[in-house]
Amino acid sequence: MTPESTAGTTASKGTIRVLQLYPREMNIYGDWGNALVLQQRLKWHGYTPELLEYNVGDEFPEGVDIILGGGGQDSGQLVIQDDLQSRAGLLKGMAEDGTPMLLICGLYQLFGRFFKTRSGPVIPGIGVLDIETHGTDERLIGNVKVTTPEFGEVLGYENHSGQTTLGPGVAPLGTVAKGTGNNSSDGQEGARYRNIVASYLHGSLLPKNPAIADFLIRTAVERKYGTFTPGEADDRYAVLAREHAARRPR
Amino acid sequence: MFSLSVPLGKFVRRVSRLRGGGSAFPGLVVEKIDPGFMQRALSTLPHGVAVVSGTNGKTTTTKMVVELLESQGLKVFTNRTGSNFTRGVAAALIGDVDWRGRLDADIAVLELDEAHAVHFVNRVPPRYSLLLNVLRDQLDRFGEIDKTAQLLQHIASKTTGAVVLNREDPRVARIAGTLQGPEVLYFGLDDSLLGTFPSDDELRAGPGSPVPSVPQRPEADVVLRRVGADDADFEYDGVTVTTGMKLRGVYNIFNAAAALALARSICGGGAATADHGTLLKALSEVAPAFGRGESLTVDGLPLDLVLVKNPSGFRLGLKSFPSGGYATMIAINDNYADGRDMSWLWDVDFDSLRADGVDQVSGSRAYDMALRLQYDEVQIGSVDTDIPAALADFIRTGKGKPKRVFCTYTAMLAIRRELSKITTVEVVS
Repeated sequence: MTPESTAGTTASKGTIRVLQLYPREMNIYGDWGNALVLQQRLKWHGYTPELLEYNVGDEFPEGVDIILGGGGQDSGQLVIQDDLQSRAGLLKGMAEDGTPMLLICGLYQLFGRFFKTRSGPVIPGIGVLDIETHGTDERLIGNVKVTTPEFGEVLGYENHSGQTTLGPGVAPLGTVAKGTGNNSSDGQEGARYRNIVASYLHGSLLPKNPAIADFLIRTAVERKYGTFTPGEADDRYAVLAREHAARRPR
Repeated sequence: MFSLSVPLGKFVRRVSRLRGGGSAFPGLVVEKIDPGFMQRALSTLPHGVAVVSGTNGKTTTTKMVVELLESQGLKVFTNRTGSNFTRGVAAALIGDVDWRGRLDADIAVLELDEAHAVHFVNRVPPRYSLLLNVLRDQLDRFGEIDKTAQLLQHIASKTTGAVVLNREDPRVARIAGTLQGPEVLYFGLDDSLLGTFPSDDELRAGPGSPVPSVPQRPEADVVLRRVGADDADFEYDGVTVTTGMKLRGVYNIFNAAAALALARSICGGGAATADHGTLLKALSEVAPAFGRGESLTVDGLPLDLVLVKNPSGFRLGLKSFPSGGYATMIAINDNYADGRDMSWLWDVDFDSLRADGVDQVSGSRAYDMALRLQYDEVQIGSVDTDIPAALADFIRTGKGKPKRVFCTYTAMLAIRRELSKITTVEVVS
């Protein structure tokens, strides 16, 4: 657990506790960017961010307002597997209760029902999301553009060989306009369930998709303080980075 | 067929040079018409073949090994063009063999890209291999970092003589346990320097996280003990020696320890046959390979080019080249050779640039970089995706200040091309 809180310059409207799940093992594709963006945007909106980490064997912190889960290597997934199972009930309760969560790649898969590896063994997930994932020989790699009903166009980068299929209990985050997404057959990317946004997209995801960052922040603040009054967010570079990223080849 | 392939290859090489074509094309032609050519040419060398591979520092390390061996009187063949694919090796060979396909050299020292090295060693088992590191670089090309480690393991397993491993990179050091045939040697770091080389797994081990404990490490043949402003201490054979260094940047100097370990192994190891006086003199005179901490002169002041390819490399670059007093430019391209994924920029801390800001941001992903700097609260002068325009603006507005450009591979090529119009830039053919 590592608190790295920084107070805003003016009176804070409140404190939001952001928990990174297993950053030691599940950090390999720049998912730190998601934590940094939430930390800074919370400040821009006038709130005090408190950034926490949860790693294997740690005590689970109290009063967590937002959960972040990243991608990792297959070897990293094996290391966290047992610990994650031991927290399944807790995380499921938080999800059902409406805690906003962002789950990327590896932890997206492990929050599902299971991951059936290519060589045969089945890694059980924690069943928060009604999804299943099957390991394949094919690696899906490249820039992705997704059309979503809630967040407009979502831009990112995918790199995975697990292919995920959604069950009836979850909705896709959106429809792929460029790239592959969840799997190579149905054109869907990511999953939405209660206040969980799950996706294969790195990039990192939140910097170029501030609409998702602000959704997580707004939801957390409303749950804790009733109402959310946004501050000034300077998204000049985000807008231009999105324009340029959208034009880049796969 | 054999009698014709070499002359034909040499002819294609000449024609493609006239056309200003790629350096690997003649290699492709020879490989097609005479697939055994490379193997035959390399199999006759008295000291065999040494392969240098790993994510970071291959070019500079290979250059060092070559110069160290030459200092010991060996005639060395190498793929100088940076064409580090099998076909590039064949192309370089075509230039150097005689008309009968014979190579007049004692040893070949070859820089090979991890993925291509696997194909190469299947055809030409090396006598020596030097494996530098496995870092998060172009993961979109290789998939996962563990996969890259497997590629290096394969190179080691095909090596017949000695394998030189980085003791401080767990994914590389671990390879030793899988080997039966070759002798294993290590190059290593003093404990006091370990902290300057975060492994990718430790990148986000922020304040408060426990410092990774130092496990029992094997004895290293060469250890880098200290890095000074223009010198360094190396320990081998139980003695610590100090030598001047033209190379800049801790990571370059760590690779000097790697080169030293390989050269010692090739020249008969220990103090037995290698002449350490001339070895160290050669080491102190090695200049960086192009773009790797290279210093050019613009308006009478230095302009340093620092190649950045992955989070560890960028972090080390920022640490090795402090920004105080310098005008700074960052150019990030996302062409295939650079890697298309921009995620890695989020694993680099740019806090060290906060005090002086960044004057110019450029490259096809200039706005991704600008966005990254914004979230680290680093002030930005201007942003322009067009590299020639941005560079001209950078030189104009930074007049009177020494300059530094952090750039990805293809951005560096573009910058060198522009700079060659106004200053002396070493031609790399």
